[in-house]
Amino acid sequence: MTIEIVLFILFGSICAVSAVLMITRPNPVLSALFLVLNFCSLAGLYLTLNAQFIAVAQVIVYAGAIMVFFLFVIMLLNPEKEKRFFEQKAKLRIFIIAIVALVLVQIVYIIFLSRPSEVITREVARSVETGTVENIGREMFTNYILPFEAAGYLLLAATIGALVLAKKKFE
Amino acid sequence: MFTVGIVGVLTRRNAIVVFMCIELMLNSANLTLITYSSYLGDVAGQLFVFFVMSVAAAEAAVGLAIIIAIYRNKLTVNIDEINILKW
Repeated sequence: MTIEIVLFILFGSICAVSAVLMITRPNPVLSALFLVLNFCSLAGLYLTLNAQFIAVAQVIVYAGAIMVFFLFVIMLLNPEKEKRFFEQKAKLRIFIIAIVALVLVQIVYIIFLSRPSEVITREVARSVETGTVENIGREMFTNYILPFEAAGYLLLAATIGALVLAKKKFE
Repeated sequence: MFTVGIVGVLTRRNAIVVFMCIELMLNSANLTLITYSSYLGDVAGQLFVFFVMSVAAAEAAVGLAIIIAIYRNKLTVNIDEINILKW
């Protein structure tokens, strides 16, 4: 067993367990902290896949910025206790279980149906090349300059929109 | 992980937790993109993940602002009690 497989199993299991723990905790602060753990182990998975830039961006943007934002709002609103899943209406419950089972079956079916194609042959040298900041930056500012600018405008619009929505009513 | 996210969205009644589950689903899609990008040696997948991240950040900011606005009006974040869009 190579070190890569060991790391993959370690991070993958942390990822799965923390995701399940996150949706089962009644306390929103706890589930936010489990989501941080999930994002950090996901960054580890990205590193084993040779995506250094995205792994660092994952830790900074998700585990840092977005989750601090979530925790801030949770602390600000201090929400009340919510009803447990099994105390809710029976019809709604059956509907939820049906949808979840459908999606799970679809994903598992696709994974087991697909056989390894000849296109996806691992070329380690090339894969290490693609994940570097240099390579991503070059590609982003040449072929993908238009989506990049659009993302910038989107972030600006979102900032202004969030400010307008969250501030108090003005005369 | 995507399925866990869907379970979370559908079962939890707290709007903030529902938002966190949506982030979880976005991340599972990101993981797939990164995996294929790595195995195919193609940089496009990682760029897509970068754009998904920026859109997710924008979405989280606007969504939480909406939640704060709703909380100010209704004093709840329970999505069963928020029915002001009903006519």
